[in-house]
Order: sequence, then structure tokens, then C-alpha cells
Amino acid sequence: MALADSIVRRRRGPRWLRGWRIVPVALLALVFVFPFLVMLSTAFKETGDIFSAPPTLLPTTWTFGNFAEAFEDIPFWRYLANTLFVSGLSVLGTVLSCPLVAYALAKIRWRGARPLLIIVLLTMMMPPQVTLIPVFLIWNGLGAVGSFLPLIVPAFLGTPFLIFMIRQFLLSVPNELIEAARIDGASEFRTYWSIVLPIARPAIVTAAVFQFVWSWTDFLNPLIYLGNPDQYTLSIGLYSFFGENDVAWGPLMAACVLFTLPALVIFLIGQRFFIGGISAGALK
Amino acid sequence: MRGITVRRRQALTGLAFAAPFLVGFSVFIAYPVAASGFYSFTDFNLFQPPEFVGLDNYARMADDERFWIALTNTLLLTVTGVPLSIIIAIAGAHLLNLPVRGQPLFRALVYLPSIVPIVVGGYLWRWLLNTEYGFINYFLGLVGIDGPGWLVEPEWTKPAIVLMSLWTVGGTMIIYLAALKEVPRELYEAAALDGANWWTKFRHITWPTLSPVTLFQVIVNVIAYLQIFTQPYLLAQTRLNDAGAGPGQSMLTYAMYLFQNAFSFLKMGYASAMAWVLFLITLAITIVILVSSRRWVHDGSR
Repeated sequence: MALADSIVRRRRGPRWLRGWRIVPVALLALVFVFPFLVMLSTAFKETGDIFSAPPTLLPTTWTFGNFAEAFEDIPFWRYLANTLFVSGLSVLGTVLSCPLVAYALAKIRWRGARPLLIIVLLTMMMPPQVTLIPVFLIWNGLGAVGSFLPLIVPAFLGTPFLIFMIRQFLLSVPNELIEAARIDGASEFRTYWSIVLPIARPAIVTAAVFQFVWSWTDFLNPLIYLGNPDQYTLSIGLYSFFGENDVAWGPLMAACVLFTLPALVIFLIGQRFFIGGISAGALK
Repeated sequence: MRGITVRRRQALTGLAFAAPFLVGFSVFIAYPVAASGFYSFTDFNLFQPPEFVGLDNYARMADDERFWIALTNTLLLTVTGVPLSIIIAIAGAHLLNLPVRGQPLFRALVYLPSIVPIVVGGYLWRWLLNTEYGFINYFLGLVGIDGPGWLVEPEWTKPAIVLMSLWTVGGTMIIYLAALKEVPRELYEAAALDGANWWTKFRHITWPTLSPVTLFQVIVNVIAYLQIFTQPYLLAQTRLNDAGAGPGQSMLTYAMYLFQNAFSFLKMGYASAMAWVLFLITLAITIVILVSSRRWVHDGSR
């Protein structure tokens, strides 16, 4: 509809109308971005400004006080370090494990490839609630509830969605390259390591970005597994700003800004891969 | 003979490369699925060994008032949230597809909320939805509407959850945008020459391309809504570790009640049974959607 109109107008519509098309698009973007602006401005507002009705978008006086207060109120750096630790190791696990499995699915000719692919796809569809309790009981039995292990180890064993994504990419790598290395007598692992991995870099980067954002923003797993406040990730730790009767909105929003920033930076760097991955994964 | 050894070696290589996932699948999927089925027939509180109780857990759901509240809440969220997501995603994709300068930037901005830590999203929306100081009620006031107490009045908490969830509809929108780019442009020009209006063009040119994507997105979104947990949890949260339920239990979703049973009441058997019932409900609804899709999804081969 709008596309059709736009094509017709490009041919027929008056010149002055073209520039106006940006208005609805910009408004759409503004609706989605607006909550960010509120978060950002609240983080720089003084308490009096925060509790003003009607609300104002810009602070009357800008202050960094909320940030200072956030660092005082909660062990922010501790939580940040914990979150980084968990996300970093999860990314490492994903980068080590997923391409290996994807290679077995896409480029090794063996009987198990097809059944394994079906298992990967079925696993993607499994509702997490079904496995939630037994998985918790496994970690509980191992005495690992209250440690970081349950948040990190699964990444080292491969994530079905990311395995599938890298596999799709590897399918497009010409077999001749791999065959040539094999004929030269390179071992399968050497072929994988020095030929396939470098070629697959875009897919692996995409997988790493996905895994980072998932781990960084994860709420349910830290909620279930982390008991000791020393180990809280930011997802869990931010609740400390909620008091019995009131919420420290200024410091909370300041902490939210800092918590969002790394995911934002990673997203902007990997944006091209990320959005490409979403659209490709959905259409194919 | 040699053929067999080569094939066996290939199989071993394949197994070696797939080993991480094979271990992960056995330990974190295959065994848990079986175990969860077993636990669902037991009374199990974590401290004593599971005690077999047959179908008791399943039978108990029928008389459990909170179970029905949670299920009703979840279904209400699903039937309002999914159609809204799809409609907004399609409309937004059309806007994003307008030939304007800076299109990739707008696309990225719309997707941005999806990468924000969900906890940040939850607390941010609590602030935006604040009755007195929040921007949502401020905007409503500008058009003469006296905004409700979103998170205090039981009848307004579900719209609040849907609103917060719609903020992250950008992913679906981008998928629709990619689909729109696949629509053959010549068809629009031909239709324009025939004097077709926008609805005819949408109905006969755009929709046939979008309908398979819509089928997939409806299923994905229905599954996500049936499992909805974090958004209502954060909006209703009154203590760190306890899934509150909001005013009048209006925010108690199925997954939240399951979580409470498992981790607050330590009724692991009952919670496992609930997980299987959720799985069956999801399966049934998905099958209904798939069967109905023969009537509304355009298959290229027909």
C-alpha cells in the first residue's frame, strides 16, 4: 500500500511532496526511541525535576548526581564485572562450540548429519519451561546453584539457533576449497581451523553478537541460579533501587543507562550482521 | 572394505565435531524432557525423593483457582497482543519501506528497544506508566483523556503488559520489511495503470507475499505470549525473588504461576505437570493455526 503509493508518486507526485515522506518514518522511529530519551533525561534530572507533573523532557538543571548515587547505593561495579564475566565467557563458549557443530552439519559427509540437523531444529522448538525444572535439579545436584556455572557452561555446548545460523552460512562455502585442503593431506581439524573458520567469520561474529546480547540482558537464569548478592548480575541487582515505599528513579535510570550502553555499542558495531541475520533467518 | 573404514572414519570425525552439542543435548534437553515427564507424575519438594502420585498433579489443576486465573490472563494477553503485534509490524514495515534518506538508521532505531536489557525495559515502563509523573498519561492528557492507574487498577495491567511488549515489535517489523522488498515492483505499476486503489493492491499484491511470513510470525508470537514471564514479572515485582501477581492477580501469567510453584512453593512435580500442559496447549493452538492457514496463506504453487 504505502510502497505502491510511493512508487506511483515517485513518477507522478509533485517534487515538494517527496521530502515529506520522511515525516511519518521519523515519527515511527521517534515513538520507539522516546522511552530512551525519557530514561536518559531522568538519569540527569534532580529529584525535584523527576517528580514534576506534568513531566518535562529536559532537566531544568543537569546533574551527574544520580550516577554518583547509583555507585553508592548498590555495588554497581561488582554487578557490572559479574555481568561482563558471564557474557564474556558465554561468548567464548559460543564461538568455540557452535562453528564446530555447524561444520559437522554442513561440510562433513557422514550418516549422522541429517538426524543431527533434525534434532537441532526440534531443540529450537522445545519450550524452555519443560526443561527448566530438571535442568535446575541437575545443577542443584552438582552443587552449582549459586555459582556462575549454570549461566556459562551451556554456551560451551552449543546453542541450537546459532548452530543453525552458522550452518546455513557454511552451506554457501564452496566444497572445492575444503576438498583441496583435504587432498593436500590436511587433517579435518586443520582444514576446519585454517580454511573454514576464517571464511565463516561474518557468521561467527553474528553469533557472538547474539550471544553477548542474550547473556548481557538475561533475567530468568540469573534470577533462578544466583543467590549470593556478591554474584548478582546487573539484571538482578537493579532491583535494589526499589525501596519499601518508593523507588530511587534517578539513580535507577542512571544505572539503566550504563547497563544499556554496552549492548547498544555492540549492537551498533554489529548492526549490519544482526539485522541481516534476523531477516535471513526468518525468510529462509 | 576400504569404503567401510573411510565411512566409519567420517562418522567418527562427524561425531567428534558434533560432540559439544551431543553432550549438551543429552544433558540439557533429552534427559530433562524425560525427567520432567517423570516428575509430573510425582510429588516432589526437592528435599525428599519424588513420590509417585499418578495423575494427581494433572487432576489438581482442574480445581486450582489460581491455575485458571493464570491461564485466562495468559490467553487474554495472547489474543490481544499477537494481532496488535502483527498489524503494527506490517504497518511499520510499510513506513520503513518508504524511499527516504537514512532508511538504515530508522530501521536500526526501531529495532533498538529489542536489544535493551529486558530489566531496563521493565523498570523504564514502570516509570513511563506512572500514574502521576509518567509520560504515557501526560500524552493521554494532551488529547483530553484522564489516564488510568496502569499498574494499580486490575483492568489496566494487561494493556500495560501489551504496551511494553509492543515496544520490542521492531524485530518482527524488520522481518516484514525484508518480505516487502521481495514483492515484485512491476505488479504495483501494472495495478496502478489499472486504477487499483491501495486496498486492492495490498490485498492482491502485497498480502500474497506477506502471508507465509505472517503465518510464521503468528506462530512465533503466539508461542512467546503463551510463555510470557519477564514483562509481567518486572511490572508486578514487589520483591526480588518472588513473582508477585499485580493488583487482583491481574498480572499472574501461566509461566509466572509455574515459576512460583517450582521456586517459591517447591512443588516441582506440580510445576512439571504445568509445563507439559503448557506444551500441549501450545501444540494444540499451533496446529489450529497451521490448519486454518490453508485458507489464508497464499502458497506460491497454487
